[in-house]
Amino acid sequence: MIEVENLSKFYGPRQAIKGLNFSVESGEVVGFLGPNGAGKSTTMNILCCIMPASEGSARVCGYDIFEQSLEIRKNIGYLPENPPLYQDMVVSDYLAFSAGIRGVAKSSVASARDRVLEKCGLKEVGHRIIGKLSKGYQQRVGIAQALIHDPKILVLDEPTSGLDPIQIIEIRKLIKELAESHTIILSSHILPEITQICQRVIIINEGEIAAVDSLEGLTASLRKTERLRFKPRNPSPGIVEGLKGLEKILSVTEEDDGLFQIECELESNIQDKVAELALSNQWGIVELSPLSLTLEDIFLKLTTEESEVAS
Amino acid sequence: MKNTLLIIKRELGSFFQSPIFYVLTTVFLVLYSFIFQNILAFFSMQSYQAGQIQGMNIGLNLNDMVIAPSFQNMAVILLLMIPIVTMRSFSEEKKSKTITLLLSSPIHLKEIILGKFLACFLVVALMMALSSYSVMFLWMVGEPEIGPIVSGYLGLLLMTGCYISIGVFASSLTDNQIISAVISFGFMLFMWIIGWGAQSAGPNLGAVLEYLSLIDHLENFLKGIIDSSDVIYYLTFIVFGLFLTHRILDSKRWR
Repeated sequence: MIEVENLSKFYGPRQAIKGLNFSVESGEVVGFLGPNGAGKSTTMNILCCIMPASEGSARVCGYDIFEQSLEIRKNIGYLPENPPLYQDMVVSDYLAFSAGIRGVAKSSVASARDRVLEKCGLKEVGHRIIGKLSKGYQQRVGIAQALIHDPKILVLDEPTSGLDPIQIIEIRKLIKELAESHTIILSSHILPEITQICQRVIIINEGEIAAVDSLEGLTASLRKTERLRFKPRNPSPGIVEGLKGLEKILSVTEEDDGLFQIECELESNIQDKVAELALSNQWGIVELSPLSLTLEDIFLKLTTEESEVAS
Repeated sequence: MKNTLLIIKRELGSFFQSPIFYVLTTVFLVLYSFIFQNILAFFSMQSYQAGQIQGMNIGLNLNDMVIAPSFQNMAVILLLMIPIVTMRSFSEEKKSKTITLLLSSPIHLKEIILGKFLACFLVVALMMALSSYSVMFLWMVGEPEIGPIVSGYLGLLLMTGCYISIGVFASSLTDNQIISAVISFGFMLFMWIIGWGAQSAGPNLGAVLEYLSLIDHLENFLKGIIDSSDVIYYLTFIVFGLFLTHRILDSKRWR
């Protein structure tokens, strides 16, 4: 669906993205993850033909971004970071206008408008002025605008930024529904969002791709050790030494609130041994659970490794 | 073409929703009416005096003494008003980032620019249409000649087109509406008075400067003369302004 080859963009002397290569298959939901200023929006703008790339090439739906940008724009729905809403327009008029300029035939404008009003839960606010709507509803109007011409690809730039937690949950639910029938590229710097919605993550840092993989793949490739969290009922001074005495345990650190973090070799299934030891020494067990590597850890790890290499 | 119509429709919708249009039209009509009324009062006083003396009424006519000066003054008022009409066109889209909607849609840049230009043009044409009550009034009380009125309006519309072309260009330069209005006002005024440089410049340059002046070309129209060179001047001016706008917007994407 989308193939990107060696894509670069310069803003004056500053290079915003440096030779990106990736592809997105039809029906996939891909997350762009990266800190602010990493080049996520730039990449999206280029894919949506809003600005041209400085170097490299990209094909969207088989069309070239330089030669056939009009064709691409027909097949792509874009929600920029700031939803492009005319604050003084009524929601349904705005959607009808978007439908028109997105190339929806005049006879089907009304049905397209009603379809997205329904899909994005905007039915009750269809007659209201956009500027008077809450941020969450405005964001929905933004998504509705991107959907109006039933594009094959949806590009959503930080769709949940600036929303309150309930609105965020609603928008995520909406995106999940849309994922069933669209190829979606989504950017975010909020990590749990990507874990919830996307099948594949492209981590971008300082204009370069730091990693492309599925979530499981990323976690696996970065995990060299396993970690356990252990909380005894009766903390006693000998716990650290006692645990360290076990086979396959690499280190034990004591944290606040009587918590211990145990680092051990991969697939050592050390829980049984820890439990035996704890019971036999009458430490008791309040909690004993594996710690999985969160996306946050992955992200930090990848981006810091990147900067270590650079420096 | 369909896309241009959609843009015009949306632009007009937002004009008529905002108070700017109503305030602007009111101020325009008040100023114009005041000037018209004064010119008319002066004319009727002269006619009255001429009526006292036999044979003095030669050369007194409505077209030359009321309509032409009124139109000339209207051109000045429009010079002050049009920057306010055009300042929004691209500046506001840029500021509120709504321009991304247009740029990510399968439409050509020239359709957007043409839509914006025509929308502004229609708004100013509507303001001018409202002011035409003055001519109708003269029609009721006197016998003005229709030819110079038609050509006068044509000239004013063409000149309005040039103003708007400058204004749209200025608003493509910046996302700040005030800067846009100031640039377009300054540029319009400069194009208006550029002919003044003709006196001090040499004969060749002088002729060029005189030809470039926006106002000099209006004179013929007000007299009732439609000269193709004037029409071509105005049309070229409009197209050139829109062409520059296209260049600016297109180059912004590459930067």
